[in-house]
Amino acid sequence: MATKDYIRERFFPHMWCPGCGHGIVLNGLIRAVEQLGIDKSNIVMVSGIGCSSRISGYLDFHTLHTVHGRALAFATGIKMSRPELNVIVPMGDGDALAIGGNHFIHAARRNIDMTAIIMNNRIYGMTGGQYSPLSGYGTLATTAPYTNIDHSFDIVELAKAAGATFVARTTTYHAQQLPDIIKEAITHKGFSVVEILSQCPTYFGRKNKEGGAVEMMERMKDNTTPIGSKAKQENQSLIERGIFIKKDMPEYCSEYGKIIERAMKGK
Amino acid sequence: MGKKPKLKEHRINRNWCKGCGICVHFCPKNVLELDSEEKAVAVRPQDCIACKLCELRCPDLAIEIITE
Repeated sequence: MATKDYIRERFFPHMWCPGCGHGIVLNGLIRAVEQLGIDKSNIVMVSGIGCSSRISGYLDFHTLHTVHGRALAFATGIKMSRPELNVIVPMGDGDALAIGGNHFIHAARRNIDMTAIIMNNRIYGMTGGQYSPLSGYGTLATTAPYTNIDHSFDIVELAKAAGATFVARTTTYHAQQLPDIIKEAITHKGFSVVEILSQCPTYFGRKNKEGGAVEMMERMKDNTTPIGSKAKQENQSLIERGIFIKKDMPEYCSEYGKIIERAMKGK
Repeated sequence: MGKKPKLKEHRINRNWCKGCGICVHFCPKNVLELDSEEKAVAVRPQDCIACKLCELRCPDLAIEIITE
């Protein structure tokens, strides 16, 4: 395994905190790309702003580090002009669903062929631990010292309803499932959403007394279950992981190609 | 296929390891420990089954399991 072939070693050790789940996502993503055997120069990674978005700087693909919440908009532009490239868009929960919520639902609706990876650590880590739309009711954050009264999105349900044709969820604890799901997402033709539950021991863990990275990962093991498991029937509070949806629908760039052809014929 | 990989060495990058302890805690064979500098070290390499879970879960890409 040559992890080093896919990274920009000069930027290591990376800037993420000790035990940050985002490093595990980076780790799994590299393995997925290696196992798929995709040429590095055929991958474009587009990210926005936040701890999660720093991932693009560490990978030796074509990378763009763009503006907060708008990574999918930039990615759409790239994919429309060069549909043959593999476009991967790593985002944080705040980046994808607060600031970028609109871009997210519309990219899903269009079914444009790209892979959106949402690294969900339920907090804004980079700016000091403010609550995000995924923090959830009753959690603590720097900006919710008396507990948060906002309810969280369910990323999987939102992505499904918005029209994404591949929707999956896993966690940083499930380090063997993680690359497998990313591989399926990348090979799927259409808008793929992968939610990865990730740990922020520095802010979410500390504020909510969930312990360090190890305890947070133990919690992911205990609080999640494969889709449709018996455990889920007995305990509805468990979070399901696996592939929720994988279906074929007309893809945006292919459809646009047909429109160009039609326009060239003049009718 | 079918033959289990055998460990040759734990290659741990001490400059990248941040001592989070994820590898130590989740190792099924209790092979790793943090040393006095809070860096991961393989103290019981003879027990390693080369499952590579430490390598997969290391957030710092600091562990590589080399097999024969």
